[in-house]
Amino acid sequence: MKQTNTSIRIPMPVRYLINAALIVLLWFILSSLMRSGAITNYWTGIIIMIGINIILAVSLNVATGYLGQLPLGHAGFMAVGAYAGGIFMRAVPVQEFLRAGNAGASVPYILIALLISALTAGIFGLIIGIPALRLRGDYLAIITLGFGEIIRVVLTNIDSVLGFDFTFGSAGLKRIPKYSSFTLVFICVVLTCFIIHTVMKSRHGRAILSIRENEIASESVGVNTTYYKTFAFVLSAMLAGVAGCLYAGYIGSLYPSTFKFMKSIEILVMVVLGGMGSMLGSVLSATVLTVLPELLRSVADYRMVAYSLALVIMMIFRPKGLMGSYDFSLSHLLEKGLCAVRLLFGRKSSEKKGESRE
Amino acid sequence: MLLSVQDIHVYYGAIHAVKGVSFDVDKGEIVTLIGANGAGKSTVLNTVSGLLHPRSGSILFQDESIVSVAPNKIVGRGLAQCPEGRRIFAQMTVEENLEMGAYTRPASSIEQNIAHVYDLFPRLKERRRQIGGTLSGGEQQMLAMGRALMSEPKLLMLDEPSMGLAPILVEQIFAIIDELHASGSTILLVEQNAQMALQVADRAYVMESGQITLSGTGSELLNSDSIKKAYLGG
Ligand SMILES: Nc1ncnc2c1ncn2[C@@H]1O[C@H](COP(=O)(O)OP(=O)(O)O)[C@@H](O)[C@H]1O
Ligand SMILES: [Mg+2]
Repeated sequence: MKQTNTSIRIPMPVRYLINAALIVLLWFILSSLMRSGAITNYWTGIIIMIGINIILAVSLNVATGYLGQLPLGHAGFMAVGAYAGGIFMRAVPVQEFLRAGNAGASVPYILIALLISALTAGIFGLIIGIPALRLRGDYLAIITLGFGEIIRVVLTNIDSVLGFDFTFGSAGLKRIPKYSSFTLVFICVVLTCFIIHTVMKSRHGRAILSIRENEIASESVGVNTTYYKTFAFVLSAMLAGVAGCLYAGYIGSLYPSTFKFMKSIEILVMVVLGGMGSMLGSVLSATVLTVLPELLRSVADYRMVAYSLALVIMMIFRPKGLMGSYDFSLSHLLEKGLCAVRLLFGRKSSEKKGESRE
Repeated sequence: MLLSVQDIHVYYGAIHAVKGVSFDVDKGEIVTLIGANGAGKSTVLNTVSGLLHPRSGSILFQDESIVSVAPNKIVGRGLAQCPEGRRIFAQMTVEENLEMGAYTRPASSIEQNIAHVYDLFPRLKERRRQIGGTLSGGEQQMLAMGRALMSEPKLLMLDEPSMGLAPILVEQIFAIIDELHASGSTILLVEQNAQMALQVADRAYVMESGQITLSGTGSELLNSDSIKKAYLGG
């Protein structure tokens, strides 16, 4: 009766509807709990940070898990997005709208800020990606690490060098309007996952995966490998920029030191722990690695030790990460459930089908 | 002429690897390029497929120059290369590997071409759901060849398909090359296994340290004394 586990297939549009309904339901539950106060402001903040970290992890996963490179400058792209969005939002009258409780009027500005962040980070991704992607392995890791640090150093010193108030150096870019509501972050997370999922399921996604598997073979079947490597890298940077923009609108003040090399490593740890190339893995480990440090506040000094330990243990017991490269879909789970039900209750009918097939 | 290579010189930095090589391939022919390790055979193939650029010389495919055409565009024009050393997509299934081979083709062509490849390599059909990396060496070679065929190439270039395979598998691979030839395919075959290559080839070129030193029909070279001494063990 083995063939029964593939016998139920939910058609594609229905799958999308199911997923969409479940996502809306999740949003509804969370936001009702927040409004009723069952989820405190403190936890709302943590949930927003989870969302931002999910975007960072799944976007880095495009470059590491799917493209198979090891960039170490993701925090740099986040910083570019954060500063671009933050500077823009300070220049427009969003603060006044938010104070007056007129959040609706700020929506167009928020959209523009997200766009500016994504584009700026994307342009930096392009500038860095074109030379960096000619290298591979350790060299690519080192050059992206260098670029990430350069971005941070530039953000720190550009004002004193050029003599105007732009990033406010290490004093920090303060009083950014706090536009990152739970709903905004939630929508961005869903859209990010949807975009990545759609790209990776397409012909372009196949091309990206084939580069990871074997670049020479990929070239030999006619994939424009330079183009797709750059494409994946820029997509990854753009989404990191979006995360940065959301971060700016949540925290309200930006300091270059936030975007140190360790931030890139933290994001990388999320991806590696979740399983390279698994979006679900990235989502799960971004969640766990955001919540755990909060719960373990008292031993915060040992956070880095815990990270390293977690990684070492992971390498020993699950070298491919929590989820490997496995990606699940809710509707797939539902299909399995339906099959199980059918096996339990409709054994006879499925047996007949099995016979007629033979 | 389907492919015409004229006096190409290829360098790796300061290393002059290919020193003025000329040859051509006509429609329906199997032409083989034989020579010892390091003679420059792969360099020639990689130059034709656009991965390397000649410093001078011309390469015409269907009477158009492809010297400055990008590798992915060259595949689209009908020139497929099956690279040296079984470069398969290790984590994709056999069938996904084949689908990738049709990357430059419209999706509607895939089904028919997969059926054709499975006809040639029944073994691949048995293993269609298996992960590429878990295939044996011979099966991986079959997969690499099948994948190259998925683009419906006008010219198929094979780089040492028999490398590292057991004798019985070498015979199988050459039997399939023969079969492809019989069905009208045009093949440029690079080999170190001179005996087998000369048996299937219409014409052959011998390469030594970056130059072509001898050429003729397959049977002429099989019977040539210098070839016997240098490549066929007596
Ligand atoms: N990437 C490379 N860099 C420098 N030299 C190379 C490179 N690839 C090949 N060569 C040199 O070019 C010559 C021809 O190599 P190749 O074309 O691979 O020979 P064959 O395929 O006939 O064994 C050899 O001397 C080899 O050492
Ligand atoms: Mg070679």
